[in-house]
Amino acid sequence: MIHSLFLINHSGDIFLEKHWKSVISHSVCDYFFEAKEKAVDPEDVPPVLQTPHHYLITVHRGKLFFLSVVQTEVPPLFVIEFLHRVADTFQDYFGECSESVIKDNVVTVYELLEEMLDNGFPLATESNVLKELIRPPTILRSVVNTLTGSSNVGDTLPTGQLSTIPWRRADVKYTNNEAYFDVIEEIDAILDKSGTTVFAEIQGVIEASVRLTGMPDLTLSFMNPRLLDDVSFHPCVRFKRWESERTLSFIPPDGNFTLMNYHVSSQNPVAIPVYVKQSISFFESGPCGRLDITIGPKQTMGKTVEALMVKIHMPKAVLSANLTATQGNYTYDLPNKVLVWDIGKLNPQKLPNLKGILSLQAGAPKPEDNPSLNIDLRIQQVAISGLKVSRLEMFGEKYKPFKGVKYVTKAGKFQFKCAALYEPFLLSFWTILFFYFTTF
Amino acid sequence: MSVQNFPPIYSTVVEIFQWLKSVYKNISFPEKGSCLSSGRSLAPRGRRSCSSIGCIVSVPFGSHNNVWSTGRDPAIWEADTDAVYAALSHHLWSTFTAPEAKSSNEDLKEMLESNKESLKLEAMKRVVGLIAKGKNASELFPAVVKNVASKNIELKKLVYVYLVRYAEEQQDLALLSISTFQRALKEPNQFIRASALRVLSSIRVSIIVPIMMLAIKEASADMSPYVRKTAAHAIQKLYSLDPDQKEQLIEVIEKLLKDKSTLVAGSVVVAFDEVCPDRIDLIHKNYRKLCNLLVDVEEWGQVVIISMLTRYARTQFTSPWKEDNEKAFYESEEEKKDQTEATPYTMDPDHRLLLRNTKPLLQSRNTAVVMSVAQLYWHLAPKHEVNIVTKSLVRLLRSHREVQYIVLQNIATMSIQRKGMFEPFMKSFYVRSTDATHIKTLKLEILTNLANEANISTILREFQTYVKSQDKAFAAATIQAIGRCATDISEVTDTCLSGLVLLLSNRDETVVAESVVVIKKLLQTQPTQHSDIIKHMAKLFDNISVSMARASILWLMGEYCERVPKIAPDVLRKMAKTFTAEEDIVKLQTVNLAAKLYLTNSKQTKLLTQYILNLGKYDQSYDIRDRTRFVRQLIVPNEKSGALNKYARRILLAPKPAPMLESAFKDRDRFQLGTLSHSINSKATGYQELSDWPAVAPDQSVRNVEVVEPSSSESEEQSSDESDETSSDSGKSSSGSEKSSSESEPEQKKKTKTKKAPQKKSKAAAAVTAPSFGPVKTHELLHHMTGKGLSAKYHFPRQPCLYQPSMVAVQVILANSSDHSLEKIHIGDRSPAGLNIHCFNTIERLEPEASVTVSMGIDFSDSTQAANFQLCTKEDQFSVSIQPVVGELLMPSTMSEQDFSKEQGGSFAGRTVSSGALVLVSLELKESSALLTINTEKSVMASMLLRDLKQALALA
Repeated sequence: MIHSLFLINHSGDIFLEKHWKSVISHSVCDYFFEAKEKAVDPEDVPPVLQTPHHYLITVHRGKLFFLSVVQTEVPPLFVIEFLHRVADTFQDYFGECSESVIKDNVVTVYELLEEMLDNGFPLATESNVLKELIRPPTILRSVVNTLTGSSNVGDTLPTGQLSTIPWRRADVKYTNNEAYFDVIEEIDAILDKSGTTVFAEIQGVIEASVRLTGMPDLTLSFMNPRLLDDVSFHPCVRFKRWESERTLSFIPPDGNFTLMNYHVSSQNPVAIPVYVKQSISFFESGPCGRLDITIGPKQTMGKTVEALMVKIHMPKAVLSANLTATQGNYTYDLPNKVLVWDIGKLNPQKLPNLKGILSLQAGAPKPEDNPSLNIDLRIQQVAISGLKVSRLEMFGEKYKPFKGVKYVTKAGKFQFKCAALYEPFLLSFWTILFFYFTTF
Repeated sequence: MSVQNFPPIYSTVVEIFQWLKSVYKNISFPEKGSCLSSGRSLAPRGRRSCSSIGCIVSVPFGSHNNVWSTGRDPAIWEADTDAVYAALSHHLWSTFTAPEAKSSNEDLKEMLESNKESLKLEAMKRVVGLIAKGKNASELFPAVVKNVASKNIELKKLVYVYLVRYAEEQQDLALLSISTFQRALKEPNQFIRASALRVLSSIRVSIIVPIMMLAIKEASADMSPYVRKTAAHAIQKLYSLDPDQKEQLIEVIEKLLKDKSTLVAGSVVVAFDEVCPDRIDLIHKNYRKLCNLLVDVEEWGQVVIISMLTRYARTQFTSPWKEDNEKAFYESEEEKKDQTEATPYTMDPDHRLLLRNTKPLLQSRNTAVVMSVAQLYWHLAPKHEVNIVTKSLVRLLRSHREVQYIVLQNIATMSIQRKGMFEPFMKSFYVRSTDATHIKTLKLEILTNLANEANISTILREFQTYVKSQDKAFAAATIQAIGRCATDISEVTDTCLSGLVLLLSNRDETVVAESVVVIKKLLQTQPTQHSDIIKHMAKLFDNISVSMARASILWLMGEYCERVPKIAPDVLRKMAKTFTAEEDIVKLQTVNLAAKLYLTNSKQTKLLTQYILNLGKYDQSYDIRDRTRFVRQLIVPNEKSGALNKYARRILLAPKPAPMLESAFKDRDRFQLGTLSHSINSKATGYQELSDWPAVAPDQSVRNVEVVEPSSSESEEQSSDESDETSSDSGKSSSGSEKSSSESEPEQKKKTKTKKAPQKKSKAAAAVTAPSFGPVKTHELLHHMTGKGLSAKYHFPRQPCLYQPSMVAVQVILANSSDHSLEKIHIGDRSPAGLNIHCFNTIERLEPEASVTVSMGIDFSDSTQAANFQLCTKEDQFSVSIQPVVGELLMPSTMSEQDFSKEQGGSFAGRTVSSGALVLVSLELKESSALLTINTEKSVMASMLLRDLKQALALA
């Protein structure tokens, strides 16, 4: 299955390698570098590459490439999923997944990789089990370790692997028993210039933070489970109960985990929290253009829109932007041609506006397509789909835990298109014919 | 170097050693400072003969390896003179040979040889750092290997990491560590056993193959499933080291396949796939178990098991796809009675079991699991059931970029064959400006595949925005896609063509060039009405510099030169001017154009053609020289080329078939979906073909298992206990249930006191005493007199119903005792109306004297009320009814002894089939009488059961 792993940074240095079978020379990465050279953006490198003797499967996470080498047939998603799991584990252990952090913790990283795969097949990927085998570094512990010479490998061996519930360790004890759930929804939408929804859907995720003593068996039920169209679960959730009763029944892992992902059925109309009035135009004469954007609240469920941000990928010809914002501030990232307007809280009384002049490269042709606006926002205390948790029950343990549910709505891929030069494709046929008959 | 020098220098070393030992007592020896100072003080005395010392010292060093690596406790090191001596000499050697250039590895060596745990650990961490960076640390091997027996777990782990990495290079030294692992394999702690096996099997040294083999065999019988899992991994390692061990390894695999632990299942299937994927016979007996365990197996195991079972199913079941013409032979599982005539397709219950048990996994968070279930449905499910995977696949598109890439590839292949599957989700494939290029191209591919008359206008409108994309490669791909839509859907060909023509005036050259190429292909499919477009393109010719596009226009001119008789020669004139500056591909087309014009319009173009042919004759490229020569011979008549010349016109101006614009994923379905081979579109090493469905299903009884145990995911100890307590389900296994009934008989007769009898179906006595396999008790459903020749009998096979868990399985034997064949036997109206029956498939034809066994499921809702329905043939309808005895409404249920006695001490535990209510029967013996107690929440059922049991006991 997975033969070797190489970690590569953006400048193309291999800074970590791990082999689970015999050693493969890192020259195999040259094929990857070749492909990387060809790609404009690191995201454009194909995830699966074929070389004469090996296959390279790569994922790109946090400015790093996780490149795995396989020699025989294996489902590519298996490898991809695993590599992302590795990156998730690093994130979980070190707070971020970056080159410097991995280099600083190279021994822990190596120990983790050793535990996660055996002969290329995943052995322990549950964060709870791993944390028992190898303790995550903390500042306090590293100080203690240097003073006492003790290590961050667990002295006692884990119990988790042997129970039917590999995700939970035995003998969990807390003085404060608590179970918190965050319902986070993201709106993915494409809206055209007139504000009509071309495409909109809601993805949700329930993140849990459960710190409960013993072996609690939890049941989480919803007021309106019918909203949920398609779901995927953490392995702890019992499929059967969901199918028959539409409740989530599970013995939770200890600590933070993603309980479920869901998709809200497309029958329900999606509430669009903001509207955008915008005009971006480039003059035929002279190397400049005009930009004017106003944002206002639309369907916000009576809550305030926060962390509002607008991101515009400008055409290549745009050299600089000279704008004034009534609220927040803007930056123009010249190399990447991205205009970012950070607004913050949306005040319905005084709508934020960004106006000014864009200057273009002299001599460059007028951009044919107007850029689209990517919106980022957050609304606290509301799940935009209307999903509500009705109750959380606990069985198997006697104490009373603290329970809590929090709702947040965010913008996912939220895009306003501004196709200014929109010419209906289908109607123009006769015009063209006419054009030909007159010219010839 | 000479031998004579040996004694004096040896004594010097001993001297030094003794001197140092005195120092050593006060100062911890290998600490950097002290070591350096000792080195310095030695230097004046030893410098002269340093090279000789190096030589001598290396001798004892080698021979003392044994001492270290047998795992001597580092704590007693100090007292071990030999070892200290060796270590010391090592230091001396390094000090003497390279006193100035002391590499960092030397530091590490010193640290490793210290007797301070923390220093060793620090050193090992740095060594691992070196390995991680891919730097060579092999020279430290001797120093590292002796820490293999360390008591510090982290140090030990790091040493293991090192060993696995370098053992292959340092085979001799690596062997010294083997005994440590052998000892560790007998440790009481399962994790130590497992990790010892892991490392031992990772040391790729062929001498230890027998040791590995032994260790694997032992570990495969280990108490701990975790160790057995490691053993399964070790099988593959050993196999890759020495393929000759195959036979022995297969034995181990066979043993491990029988393992009931969810932990082992995935790993052993990986081993199976690697070592003996063709030994499908090993799977038969474990098939049902694997299906039942699947939900509880860890996610990575699920992926490999599902893909293995997909391959298995394709060899064992008949195709569910061709319902009409495919002959499926029905074979009754119970009676093994071969039916000779064709019956309509009935899905093998095992086939259904696989589909049913994989379905919930579509909700897995692991994208690989979801994909593998999707491919299983694609390759195994009846066509109308495949659609259930769509939603889950579309969900995966919200995952990481790489996941999207693979999933989109698979959807692209699926969408060619089954547009309908993904059409409702068309909008999910709309391209976003932030998508990576390869994602965009795949989405485009899928949208094109999904295009039909109804949605084409929406798709084209979407494509129109893509053409304006700043990513020009993507814009070009969109134009190709428009071309494909135009050829696929004739209604929009004109619209597309006009749209493409509009693009010819686009400012971007790639867009224009791509449009030209696509227009060329489109015009070829219907060249009649489009001379105006050709004219327009001729006009654009001067402004286009992309060679492919120029070549395409030239070809068009030549091909349709008779339609544009005035323009074509003019284009040729222009080309003659620029010929030398053109790209090869354009030159070739110029020569072609010249030749065609020469044939059709030689008056105007003779001189031009000759000029171009002359230019071509002296061109640098041999391709062009060749083509020129060929064309000249073909079209210009001379004495040498008589015959061909006559046919020149027919050769050059032959009508050419239009190119097919088709999907790049057209033939991808030759690979199993979700595989690496599918992704790279070529056969990957180790890819196993998915076989075609067999025409006749192989014997299905091979999957019957002797003792059916409840699918248990408990740990080993528990489940083995349970298997003793739980008797098998009476219908499925012959030997198991025979045993249980023979055991239960005396109990009931003699009323001996047993605390816990094996479970069986409590039923009328006749049924209990009869062997419970095969027909238990057959009831008449329809007599042949009333049924006009059709007779029907039924019995309860006492298996869990395959169709729905709440149903009771009923087997009906239909026989034809008339002299003519009966057609279309099926189930008609039923009463009560809401009665939930799973009907058998309509039997098209039943010949005289033939009989057929069909199975159906009836939900009695835990009541003994009869199920009435009509049994219909083509001509007649007969009302029949099935009335269950109360015992048939019960299923055995497994319960621990404590639970049972907590519930009620007794002899039988069961659940009702429909609602799953618990039914407990207990028998308490007194002097002459017995007390029979039945506990259940269903009071009607209890009283009926009591009556039946009383009758049965009275008879006995």
